[in-house]
Amino acid sequence: MNANLRTASIAAAVVFVMVGLGFASVPLYRVFCQVTGLNGTTQTGSDAPGASGGKITVSFDSNVSPKLAWNFKPEQRSDRIDIGARDMAFFTATNRADHAVTGTATFNVTPAQAGKYFTKIQCFCFTQQTLEPGETMRMPVIYYVDPKIMEDPDTRDVQEITLSYTFYPVDSGKVSG
Amino acid sequence: MTDTAVTPSAFEAAHSDHHAHDTEHKPGFFARWFMSTNHKDIGTLYLIFAIIAGIVGGAISGAMRLELAEPGIQWLPMLSGEEGDAALHFWNVMVTAHGLIMVFFMVMPAMIGGFGNWFVPIMIGAPDMAFPRMNNISFWLTVSGFCSLLLSLFVGPGAGTGWTVYAPLSTYGEPGMSVDFAIFALHLAGAGSILGAINFITTIFNMRAPGMTLHKMPLFVWSVLITAFLLLLALPVLAAAITMLITDRNFGTTFFDPAGGGDPVLYQHLFWFFGHPEVYIMILPGFGMVSHIVATFSRKPVFGYLGMAYAMVAIGVVGFVVWAHHMFTTGLPVDVKMYFTAATMIIAVPTGIKIFSWIATMWGGSISFKTPMVWAIGFIFMFTVGGVTGVVLANGGVDDYMQDTYYVVAHFHYVLSLGAVFSLFAGLYYWFPKMTGKMYNEFLGQLHFWVFFVGVNMLFFPMHFLGLQGMPRRYPDYPDAFATWNSIASHGYEVMVAGMAIFFVNMIWSLAAGKKAGDNPWGAGATTLEWTLSSPPPFHQFETLPKID
Repeated sequence: MNANLRTASIAAAVVFVMVGLGFASVPLYRVFCQVTGLNGTTQTGSDAPGASGGKITVSFDSNVSPKLAWNFKPEQRSDRIDIGARDMAFFTATNRADHAVTGTATFNVTPAQAGKYFTKIQCFCFTQQTLEPGETMRMPVIYYVDPKIMEDPDTRDVQEITLSYTFYPVDSGKVSG
Repeated sequence: MTDTAVTPSAFEAAHSDHHAHDTEHKPGFFARWFMSTNHKDIGTLYLIFAIIAGIVGGAISGAMRLELAEPGIQWLPMLSGEEGDAALHFWNVMVTAHGLIMVFFMVMPAMIGGFGNWFVPIMIGAPDMAFPRMNNISFWLTVSGFCSLLLSLFVGPGAGTGWTVYAPLSTYGEPGMSVDFAIFALHLAGAGSILGAINFITTIFNMRAPGMTLHKMPLFVWSVLITAFLLLLALPVLAAAITMLITDRNFGTTFFDPAGGGDPVLYQHLFWFFGHPEVYIMILPGFGMVSHIVATFSRKPVFGYLGMAYAMVAIGVVGFVVWAHHMFTTGLPVDVKMYFTAATMIIAVPTGIKIFSWIATMWGGSISFKTPMVWAIGFIFMFTVGGVTGVVLANGGVDDYMQDTYYVVAHFHYVLSLGAVFSLFAGLYYWFPKMTGKMYNEFLGQLHFWVFFVGVNMLFFPMHFLGLQGMPRRYPDYPDAFATWNSIASHGYEVMVAGMAIFFVNMIWSLAAGKKAGDNPWGAGATTLEWTLSSPPPFHQFETLPKID
């Protein structure tokens, strides 16, 4: 191979690697958010460490995509909880449509830096939910707030965490171009 | 190689004839300009293309300044031929087209395609680019991209996404095919630029004349080499991001749609990972040209050659790790904002090295204020103003207040419209005698500078005040309180257009009746290889390679 082709091939290989990195950034970004709690991404866990003395307010926020004919509300607006203790909150969803609809919820918390200390043990948002016409379902989320939140200088002054959900229909990704 | 059968006879003629006159045998008009493989001809094509695209992009900004001259909506319904929201959408279309055209079809083709093609091979003592046919493909891909962008106006309501094409506006906020065509325009122009970058890298690494080491290479060649690497690393990421936009729009993927687990902020990360190096892609070749011009007209070698070269390397490297300063208001953690603030400000160090080295080059020099020199000094002055406002905006806390105001518009027009464009004019006047064999008119060149200088400063300086007072960008209307400075800015546009008229008169007059230029009209200060050739250079130069010692 002559020198020019060799140089050009290396340069072309760099281009392909960078295109690959561009696409690879999609899963990498998701993992990065999960690990660091960037954008208020919450954590998952199995056991709460137990109450550690502090208290914090958790507020609940619910949204529904305009494309989904559901009512979706938290049963209480907010809850004053012990930091580190396991807690449960209920949301209620009702299908207003005349046919069964499957929805899935996205979620995060505000302030965003609290994401890495907000741990869910069980959540309706982990799976898709199907509601029959007119059906109402109570959906639980079991969570705790990691006591380390009181040690992090970025989060120790946080008094209130808002947990937000948005329900989308499962096939809403399709857009007409 | 079995392609001799399809080679036009025009090309063969150059080889069959006797050797002594080889260099002056040019193919016929169509073969020469439409199937060109000659780096100088392709450079000329790029320059002509950039001027045409610049006229289109400049006319669009004229339409915008017309609408912004007074509060209220006066001209949009007439300009768009629509009423109500459709007329307002046309505003977004103009903003988008102006940005895309000026970035991808004016500055980049002129800097890299035009001057890069013309002078990189000559300055390193090479007969042509490494891959002349690929060079041709690069140019016509760029032209195709421009056509695709223009077509986007006619296949739907027009793309009104802004040059950044942010999701979700670009994914489900803009129905019709317009945005698809605009994105495809970026694909084509991007592919052309990537091929061009591969070509430049190969040429500069492998085809330098004997004795032309990397550390003897003219600074313009350095600047194009670094630019080519930035293109190589940044553009593929843009290509990936906008390909995901296309599939989100048309094929039901949800890369940037939360409903399917995607995140629109990811698009911004990908876009600015490309977008920030892109702003250095637009300015680095200008740095290179200004270095030569300042040295030539000060009759001194450039001050701190190695520092100048490695300052550009540093700008290129650090340029890849500052992208999120475009995204300070997307909810980044405070530590991340601190990092991006600090990293951004670090770029002021190598940039300062360049500014001070240019001044040190002039210091004690035998300066002659010919047209290219006044443009180069204008560049240094105006680019510094834009750089200073850039340091202001780099502060994450300040940017919370300033983002998306006219202060940002003022900032990037000072570095581009008064920085990059000034360096383009400096380069054009500097190399005009070399490229055409004719001298430009010195009086008209000086007049062009002063009228243009007053015009663009009238146009863009008031935008700092408007931005500080909170006028948001990308709106066709504003409260009456902003009327005075907007009116002055619109009058500044008129002055700027008058300057451009002088430029075109100068170009036409000089091409038709300019004095014949010698091989080196600039005297002892002009030391690079292009000045050892005739003006214009022979069709094929350096059949025997020059030796550099």
